[in-house]
Amino acid sequence: MSTIADRLIEDTGLRRGVSRLTPEKIEKVFKELVAGECGARLKTYVETCVRCGMCAKACHYYMSHKDPSYTPVAKVSQTMWRLLAAGGRVDPQVIYECAQIAYTECNLCRRCIHYCPLGIDTGYIISVVRRLCHKLGCTPQYIQDTAHSHSATLNQMWVKDDEWPDTLQWQEDEAREEFPGLRIPLDVEGADFMYSVIAPEPKFRTQLIYQAAAIFNAAGVSWTMPATPGWDNSNMAMFTGDSEIMSRVERAHYETAQRLRVKRIVMGECGHAFRAVYDVANRWLGWKWHPVPVVHSVEFFWELIQQGRIKLTHKYADPVTIHDPCNIIRGRGLMDKLREVVHFLCENVVEMSPNREHNYCCCAGGGVINCGPPFKNVRIVGNSIKAEQLKATGVHTLVAPCHNCHGGLEDIISKFGLGMHTKFLGDLIYELMEKPEAE
Amino acid sequence: MHALYDLAVGPLAWLAFAVFILGSVYRLLSMRALAFKKDGAFVAYISWPHAIKSLAHWFTPFGALGWKENPGVTAATFIFHICLFLVPLFLMGHIVLFDTFRGWSWPALPDGAADTLAIVVVVICAYFLWRRVSVPEVRFVTGPQDILVVSLVGLTFLTGVLAYHRIGDNLLVTTLHILCGEAMLIAIPFTRLSHMLFAVFSRGYIASEFGSVRHAKDW
Repeated sequence: MSTIADRLIEDTGLRRGVSRLTPEKIEKVFKELVAGECGARLKTYVETCVRCGMCAKACHYYMSHKDPSYTPVAKVSQTMWRLLAAGGRVDPQVIYECAQIAYTECNLCRRCIHYCPLGIDTGYIISVVRRLCHKLGCTPQYIQDTAHSHSATLNQMWVKDDEWPDTLQWQEDEAREEFPGLRIPLDVEGADFMYSVIAPEPKFRTQLIYQAAAIFNAAGVSWTMPATPGWDNSNMAMFTGDSEIMSRVERAHYETAQRLRVKRIVMGECGHAFRAVYDVANRWLGWKWHPVPVVHSVEFFWELIQQGRIKLTHKYADPVTIHDPCNIIRGRGLMDKLREVVHFLCENVVEMSPNREHNYCCCAGGGVINCGPPFKNVRIVGNSIKAEQLKATGVHTLVAPCHNCHGGLEDIISKFGLGMHTKFLGDLIYELMEKPEAE
Repeated sequence: MHALYDLAVGPLAWLAFAVFILGSVYRLLSMRALAFKKDGAFVAYISWPHAIKSLAHWFTPFGALGWKENPGVTAATFIFHICLFLVPLFLMGHIVLFDTFRGWSWPALPDGAADTLAIVVVVICAYFLWRRVSVPEVRFVTGPQDILVVSLVGLTFLTGVLAYHRIGDNLLVTTLHILCGEAMLIAIPFTRLSHMLFAVFSRGYIASEFGSVRHAKDW
C-alpha cells in the first residue's frame, strides 16, 4: 500500500523549511498550537471518527487514483493522527510529508462532509495541519511567495500602489473606444457597491475588469473601485495557514469598503476569495457577520437579471455545462442562482452529474494550484474523475464562475484532450448583452 | 465460576453502568465546556432547526449522499444499530434480570425474534471486521482499537447467542457474555464508541454551519 512517503515531490520551500527543524521544535510548536488554537472540534473529530472509510468516494483524488492513501480519512491519518499519536515529536521529514498532503493533496472542498455520517470536517483538520506547517516555516515555495506579496503589498501579485489605478485607467481608456461614456469610478464615496477583484485580474486577466465595467455601465448601476490597497479580495495567506496576514488582508478589504461608505461589496468571479471574505476572515476578526454585506458576482448578476438591467441581443446557442465552484456552492448555496443566470444566457444547458452541492472539485482550489509547477501534474492526474464527468456531457463550453476553477479545469481539458473552452459568466454576459453605446 | 458470575451480575454491573453513565455525562459536559472556551467563533452559529433537518436526512437510510454511495455499508450500519439497541433493551432474559434485581419490567421481544436479531448483529460485526482487513481504504486507517471495539460488540452478542442456545458451558458462556457487555459499556465514553455520544453534536454542528452560514445542504 502506498503512502505519502512514496510520492514526495521536491519543493524548495518545503525542503528549506524542513532543514531548519528539529523534533524538539516541532513538538513545542505542535503542543502550543493544539493547546492554544484547537478545541472541541478537533478533539471530537479525532476521537469519534470510526474509520469506516465511507469518505473515500467523496474525494476526487481517491476517485481518480483509487489509491487508499488519498482518501480524506487517510490524509488525516497520515497527518494529524500521526502527529497527535507522537505528541508532535516527529522527525522533520514527517512535516514535509504532512505539508505535501495538506497543501497539495486536499482542496478543502468539503465534499467529504456529505459522506461522513458523523459530520467530520476534514477540511478543518487539514487547515490545522497547514497552520502547523506555516508556524514551522514549511510551506511550498510558490504559495508562500503569494503570501509574502499579501504581506508586503496587501495584494497577491506584487501589484504596486500606482500600478493598480494605472491599470484601471488603462482599461477605462480601452473601453471608452467601445462605450464613450464609460467610467471605472475610483474611490467614489457613497456608491451603491464597491467592486473588488483578485489581483490576477489586473495582473494578467485585465479583460475581466473591462467586461465588468462594460456590464455595470450597461446596467446603469452606482459602483466604485478603491484607489488604494484593500482592492484585492484574494487571500492566499488563508491557505498557507498564516491567519495573521490573512486577517490583515481582509481587514483592509472591509475597511476600504467602510471608508467608501458603500452599501455592500460585490466580488468578482472567484471562489476562494469569497470563502475568505464571507466565511473565514470575519470570524477571525471577531465579526459574527460581515461589517459590510458581501455578495458574489453570481448573485449580483442574478439580481441585475431579475431587475431587467441586463438585456441580451441573443442567447448563447452552443450547449454549455455548468461547473459548481465549491466555495460558492457548498460555501454559499448559490447553485440555484447560478443555474438561473446560465439558463438566462444560454439556450441549451447540459448538467454534469453529480452537480450542485455534490459537485466534484476542480482540484485547483484550496491553494493547491497556487503551490505551483512542482505539483501541477499531481493535481491534473488527481482530477481525471472530473475530466470523465466533463467528457460525458459532450459539450464544448464550460461555464465556471471562479478563477481557480478556470485554471484547474483548463489544465485537465488540455491534458485529457477534451476540446472544451471555459467561460466566466462575465465573458458570456459581455458577449451577449445589448451594448447601448456601441455604434 | 459461580463467584465470578455473582461478581459480574452484582458489583461489576453496578460499576459498568456507573462508568458508562457518569463517564458519558462527564465527556459530554467537558466537551461542551471546551467548545465554549475555545470554539466560540463556531459555537455562535449553532442552529438547531438546521441540525434537526440534517439529522433527519442522516437518520433516514439512503437519505444522504454518503449513504447512497455506500449502499452495503449503509444497510449494514442501519440494521446493526437498530438491532444493537433493540436486542439488549427488549430481550426477555435481560428484563427478567431487571425484574428480579430491581422490580422493573417492560414488554419483551419474542425470543425467536430477539435471537435472530442478535445473530444478525454477530454477522454484521463479522462483516465490519472483514471490511477492516480486506477493503484497502478501510485497512489503511484501521488500528488495534478499531478491531478491539468491533470485536467487543461482536463477542458480547456471540456469547449471548451461545448462552441462549445452551452451546458450551452455560455458566462460563453467560459469565463471559456479561463481562463483555460490561466492558462494552465502560468503553463507550472512552473509545471510538463515543460516537454514540458525540455523533448528534458533530453532525448537528456542521449542519448548522452549512445551513445558516453557507445556505447549502450537508446531506
